[in-house]
Amino acid sequence: MSGQNTETLAVTGNEAAAEAMRQIDPDVVCAYPITPQTEVVQLYAQMVADGKVSSEFVTVESEHSAMSAVIGAAAGGARTMTATSSQGFALMWELLFVASSYRLPIVMTTVNRALSGPINIHCDHSDSMGGRDSGWIQLYGENHQQAYDNCIQAVRIAEHLEVRLPVMHMYDGYVISGAIGPLVMLSDDQVQDFIGPFTAVNPLLDPKRPVTVGPFDGLHGWYFEHKVAQNRAMDRALKVIQDVADEYGELSGRHYGLFEPYRLDDAEIAIVVVGSTAGTTRLVVDKLRAKGVKAGMIRMRVFRPFPHAAYASALEHVKVVGVLDRADSFGAQGGPLFLEIRAALYDNDPRPQVLPFIYGLGGRDIFPDNIEQAFAVLEKAAQEKGRTSTGRRYLNLRED
Amino acid sequence: MTLEIEQLLHRERLPHIWCAGCGVGIVAGAFLRAVLDLGLKRENTVVVSGIGCSSRAAGYIDLNTVHAIHGRALPVATGIKMARPEFTVIVLTGDGDGAAIGGNHLIHSCRRNIDLTCILFNNQIYGMTGGQFSPTTEPGDIATTAPYGQFEPPFDLCRLAEAAGATFVARGTAANIRQTEKLIKQGIQHCGFSFIEAVVPCPTEYGRRNKPAKAVDMLEAERARSISKTKAARLSPEELRDKIVTGVLYEDTQKPEFQRTYAEVSAGVRAQVGRRFAEEDEK
Ligand SMILES: Cc1ncc(C[n+]2csc(CCOP(=O)(O)OP(=O)(O)O)c2C)c(N)n1
Ligand code: SF4
Ligand SMILES: [Mg+2]
Repeated sequence: MSGQNTETLAVTGNEAAAEAMRQIDPDVVCAYPITPQTEVVQLYAQMVADGKVSSEFVTVESEHSAMSAVIGAAAGGARTMTATSSQGFALMWELLFVASSYRLPIVMTTVNRALSGPINIHCDHSDSMGGRDSGWIQLYGENHQQAYDNCIQAVRIAEHLEVRLPVMHMYDGYVISGAIGPLVMLSDDQVQDFIGPFTAVNPLLDPKRPVTVGPFDGLHGWYFEHKVAQNRAMDRALKVIQDVADEYGELSGRHYGLFEPYRLDDAEIAIVVVGSTAGTTRLVVDKLRAKGVKAGMIRMRVFRPFPHAAYASALEHVKVVGVLDRADSFGAQGGPLFLEIRAALYDNDPRPQVLPFIYGLGGRDIFPDNIEQAFAVLEKAAQEKGRTSTGRRYLNLRED
Repeated sequence: MTLEIEQLLHRERLPHIWCAGCGVGIVAGAFLRAVLDLGLKRENTVVVSGIGCSSRAAGYIDLNTVHAIHGRALPVATGIKMARPEFTVIVLTGDGDGAAIGGNHLIHSCRRNIDLTCILFNNQIYGMTGGQFSPTTEPGDIATTAPYGQFEPPFDLCRLAEAAGATFVARGTAANIRQTEKLIKQGIQHCGFSFIEAVVPCPTEYGRRNKPAKAVDMLEAERARSISKTKAARLSPEELRDKIVTGVLYEDTQKPEFQRTYAEVSAGVRAQVGRRFAEEDEK
């Protein structure tokens, strides 16, 4: 833990991500601008132009091309990064699956923004949640510092030989991307030492060992086994993510787990939440604790692979869990995180109740009052005999 | 006249988002005057746009409008035209929306010669996302993604449209808005794919980093650089550099229009199939 930098900078979330990219200095960056990610691309373009990094910066004509180009570069043996949001993420969708199945360690910054329609530029998590089955590792950050820390750790996780999967890391559009917050950085050398040099596995541009990437191997081919191998890499990633976090903690003094519990030890009711709303939730937990309510919370960090066993034991003693999703899953019982948590706790005995809450779609504000309302529902459910309805509950929804 | 076009605006959505001195509103106004002059009816006129400052126009226009997604206005418009051939369908798009992310749709719409009118607001930049270079940014010009000057060569969109098969190709400017309005009218009246490039100043994201910087100077420069097709024919490529050639650049009234050909083919097939069924019934 020697030589830690303690200078605190005031930056936007996008500046934090761009600084992490600068220190990583990947070989190739391809990106297309979209609000609220644009600033990341723009800052990076300036760094490239100013010679602060050695990356090749490719400005393409759409996100579909951006992801295609990083796939090409990564398959060719380069360390690659990109960034996007919302519709851009959606346009990349076809290629997300290709990147993960080629086992390319691409790192992508996703600044969360709602999906059309109607067009909306504000924050929710429907973009990245829509890519949850694409075979990418997903890390969600709460604030500026985590946007930076997750970005650097993502490189190590993606390139780990036990993993070799692309990683996307998220932070909230506007709330974090455009707002100014504190950031403590590592030195450039520390980052370079931490990530180490990149050695590609089976790169295309090795003339002594030509390889073919992604061919059709017939009806009786190995597609199925290939997919299972991908999923096994996901399983192995859980340990790698924690190991990388521990090593990063040593280096930076900032420690991360697969998720972050808060006042959970003796909690009877708890909320699981993602992104910047965790800060507001923590405030509410403190307020309720002061009143003697045994409230706690977990901030989700790693969504893919989903650490279900760790959640099952962390929430074992809690009577009622409320899950706050900033994305709806149309026609499902609740949002994506709710479905995971509920499934994770199914084998617990006693089995905690898990209730779904949806909030903040298209950037709708979420106030401490709204989170208190959710806790009130949990409190009531904890006192009642029998189980409470698991119908979806919406926070700060206008009356019809 | 101003009062008259107001009937075609969602007044409750005003004031608009465009910056002071932006050329988009000037051309959007010309478009609305063209709609009024041609006597187009609200019930069978459709405006489709993508995403961008220019595409934002659709949000203020009180006709049937679809504010589609970035780059996809033309395929959405194609669907509308095929379903309702009697509708007048107009696409409002930008140089990013129509020539970068949606460039593929542009060439194929031209190739099919479908009866749509595409007005592409060319401000040579991605205005809405903060001044990234577009496929029409001139070499040497500064953009946020080209801080030391653009080095990629640009498209000449009118030549692209003509080569791809559009049958009405014209270029106008915000500076000479009477001419642009006339071109839009001609384009809407033309049966087949009409491509109208409207050169507009973006003082905020283009002017600020390049010369001239101010909105009025940008318009003046546009006017000074403009030259008619006939005059342009007499100049050498060297003399033509930097010029904006305006007017109707290409027109073909003979090439079959896509929707009509489609209707004829499908009527023919139906007749054939119908005859076959009738014959089988007789057997
Ligand atoms: C799939 C997707 N990628 C990126 C964006 C972000 N975006 C919105 S408008 C725009 C550029 C618009 O440029 P142009 O069409 O020239 O319009 P202008 O604002 O210059 O009028 C971009 C990149 C988006 N909305 N959707
Ligand atoms: S950024 Fe440019 S194109 Fe957009 S409204 Fe402002 S001046 Fe017009
Ligand atoms: Mg533009």
